[in-house]
Amino acid sequence: MDKLMSDLKTQIIAQLNMQDVKPEDIGDDQPLFVDGLGLDSIDALELIVLLQQHYKIKLSNAEDGPKVFQSVRTIAEYITAHQNQAA
Amino acid sequence: MSTTVFIVGVGAISAIGDNVAGCLASFKKGKAGIGDMVYLDSAYKNKIPVAEVKHTNEQLAALAGMSPKISRTALLSSIAAKEAMDDAGISNMDALRTGFISANTVGGMDKTENFFSEFLSNPGKGKLRNVVNHECGSVTELVADQLGIKNYVSTISTACSSSANAIFLAARMIRHNMLDVVIAGGADAITKFTLNGFNTLMILDSDYCKPFDENRKGLNLGEGAGYVVLVSEKIAKTLPKKAYCTLSGYCNANDAYHQTASSPDGIGSYLAMDGALKKSGLLPSDIDYINLHGTGTQNNDIAEGTAIKRLFDPHYPKMSSTKTFTGHTLGACGGLEAVFSAMAIHHKIIYPNLRLQTPMKELPFVPETVLGENITVRHALSNSFGFGGNCSSLIFSKL
Amino acid sequence: MQIKSYISSNCVIDDGIVYKNGKAVFENREAGVQDFLQSVYQHFGIKYPKFYKMDNLSKLGWLAAEILLKDNFDAGEYKPEDVGLILANANSSLDTDIRYYETAKEIASPSLFVYTLPNIMTGEICIRHNFKGENAFFIFEKFDAGFIQEYVNNLLNNNNLQACICGWVELLEDQYKAVLFLVEKTTGAEMAMPSNIFTIENILKIYQLENG
Repeated sequence: MDKLMSDLKTQIIAQLNMQDVKPEDIGDDQPLFVDGLGLDSIDALELIVLLQQHYKIKLSNAEDGPKVFQSVRTIAEYITAHQNQAA
Repeated sequence: MSTTVFIVGVGAISAIGDNVAGCLASFKKGKAGIGDMVYLDSAYKNKIPVAEVKHTNEQLAALAGMSPKISRTALLSSIAAKEAMDDAGISNMDALRTGFISANTVGGMDKTENFFSEFLSNPGKGKLRNVVNHECGSVTELVADQLGIKNYVSTISTACSSSANAIFLAARMIRHNMLDVVIAGGADAITKFTLNGFNTLMILDSDYCKPFDENRKGLNLGEGAGYVVLVSEKIAKTLPKKAYCTLSGYCNANDAYHQTASSPDGIGSYLAMDGALKKSGLLPSDIDYINLHGTGTQNNDIAEGTAIKRLFDPHYPKMSSTKTFTGHTLGACGGLEAVFSAMAIHHKIIYPNLRLQTPMKELPFVPETVLGENITVRHALSNSFGFGGNCSSLIFSKL
Repeated sequence: MQIKSYISSNCVIDDGIVYKNGKAVFENREAGVQDFLQSVYQHFGIKYPKFYKMDNLSKLGWLAAEILLKDNFDAGEYKPEDVGLILANANSSLDTDIRYYETAKEIASPSLFVYTLPNIMTGEICIRHNFKGENAFFIFEKFDAGFIQEYVNNLLNNNNLQACICGWVELLEDQYKAVLFLVEKTTGAEMAMPSNIFTIENILKIYQLENG
C-alpha cells in the first residue's frame, strides 16, 4: 500500500502538471480537492485518465469521483480493490 | 445617434428541420431531433445519442450550392444564412452597407479529421484541400463570398455564447451607423473532436438530455446553424414586409470562476441577464419568455436557475430549453435560439421543455412542459453561456 | 461625446523578450516556447500553481496580463463588471487543438480539450483578476488596430466598461506574439501624455515595438 501511494503521488504530480509540488508534500490522507491540494473538476477528469492509463481501471460514473478521489489513500484503496477483482 | 435594431429575416437548420418552418413544425409536434448517430463516423456510434442534421454532406452541398468537399460547418452556415437573407427580401443589397458576422467553434475540423488519419500513417499522404479551410474565419469567408457580402465580415469564437455575441456585435454596428444590414448568427457541425472532448469532460448524457430535471445527466451534442437579419429603422421602413421584432437588449459578462464550470450562484449569468434588461430599459416582469441556455448538465442548470431566481423571484416568466429538441449546437446555439425567440414573439408560441419529469428541488419554478399557443410574448430573453465564463443574454421585443 | 482614453500600460512579449511600457524587462532568447514562458513566470516571482496547467496560449496571454497590470493597476478602483477583455488572434487555439488531437489517439485528455477554445485564455485572465465585464475574442487574419481602437472606445464611451484590457495574443508552435494594452478613461500624471492616448497610431507603434 505504501509503495502504491508513493507511486500515485508521483503520477498525480506528472499528470496534473503540478510543478511546484513534490511527492513528499502530499500527505496520504490530505484532501485533494478545494482546501487540500486545491484540485478542481478538470483535475478529477485527469485522475480518471490516470487510473485508466496506469492501472487499467475504468471509472465510468463521474459521480463516484468525489468518493474515490478524497485522498491518495482512498485512491490506493480503490485501485487495490478493483485490481483484485480483475485478478 | 442610436437607432432601433429590427429583425427582418430568419434562417435555421438543425436536427429538427432544414429551415425555420421545418423547425417550427417539429416544435408543434413535440418531435426531438436527437437519436442514434447516422452521419458522423465515430467509435461512439450507438453509444452516445446526438442531434444530427438529417442529411449527408452531399445532400447538404446540393442544398447549399457548394462543393461537398467543403466543411459541413460551412454548408450548414450557407443554408441558414441564405434562408435568412431571402426571408428578409432586401432587393437593393448592393446599394447598402452589408455585413456577415458569423460564429463557430469547430471551423473545418470535420475535414481536418479526415486529413489527419491519412497524414499520420504517411506524411506524404492526405489531401491538402481538406485543411485549407480549417480555421474558424475561413468558414465565415466561404459563406460571405457566396452571399456576396463585402463591407464587413467577421468571426467570433467564444465557445457556446459565440453566435449570441455575433448578433450582439451586429446590433451595435447598426446602432452606431456603421452598417445598414447584417446577417448574424453562427454554425457548427458535430465532429469527432467535439464529441470526444465533451465525452472526456463526462458531461454527455448517454440517454436523451433532461435539462432542468432533478435527474439530469448531461447534454446531447447537436449541430446546425441559425441566423437573423438585422437592419436599422431606416431600412426597416423601406421593406415590403413587417419586421418580426426588435433586438432591444444585450449584454455579455464573465463569470470569472472556472475554465469550464459555472459559479454555483451563476454570477456571470446574472450579470448578463441583468445587463440586457438595463440596456433595454425593461423590468424583469416585462419578460414573458426565457429561452434557457439549459444544456442539461448538473452545473449549467443549477447556475442558470439560481441566477434566474435571484433576478426574477417571485414572478417567473414562462421558460424552456429548446436544446431538448436540437441538442446543444455549441457555436450555433445562440443563433438558432435567437431565431426561435423571434418566432416565439411572431407566432405567439412557447416551446416545450421536453422530458422534464422531476423539477429541480433547489428551484421554485418549473419550465414549460407543453407547447403554448396564442400566448402574447412581449419580450423574450435568450441566454447563451459558454466555457471560459463567457455569458451573453439577448432580449427580443414585440413591435 | 467621445472621451479621450489612455493606454495606461502596455506589455509586449515577442521573440524571447518581454517589454513593459516600451522597456525590455526580461530576455531569454535561447529557450523554446514552453521553457521561455516558464522562465518569465519564474523571473517575475509569481505564485499561481494553476499556471502550470494552462496551455501555451493561455500562459502567454496570462503572463502578458500579469506584467501589464503589475504596479499599474488598482483593481479596487473598479467594480468587477466594469473591467472587460477584448482580444484577438489569427490562429485561435490551433496550437492546443493539435496537441489535444494527438492524445485522442489513446485517451483523449480532458485538460487539453478544455483549452481548445481561445476564449479560455480570456477566462483565465478574468479568474485571476476577478474581471466580470464584457469579453470577446475575435479571429482576424492580422492585427487590426483600427478595429480594436473603435470597439474598445465604444465600450468605454457608452459606459459598458470603465477599463479594458485589449490586444493580440497569438501562438502557434514556436511562433508567438502578445501585445496587451490597459486602456482607462483617466491615467496618472506620468502617463497623461500624447503618446499614451489610445489612438490607432499609438497602438501600432507599440505593436511594432517602435517605442523601445
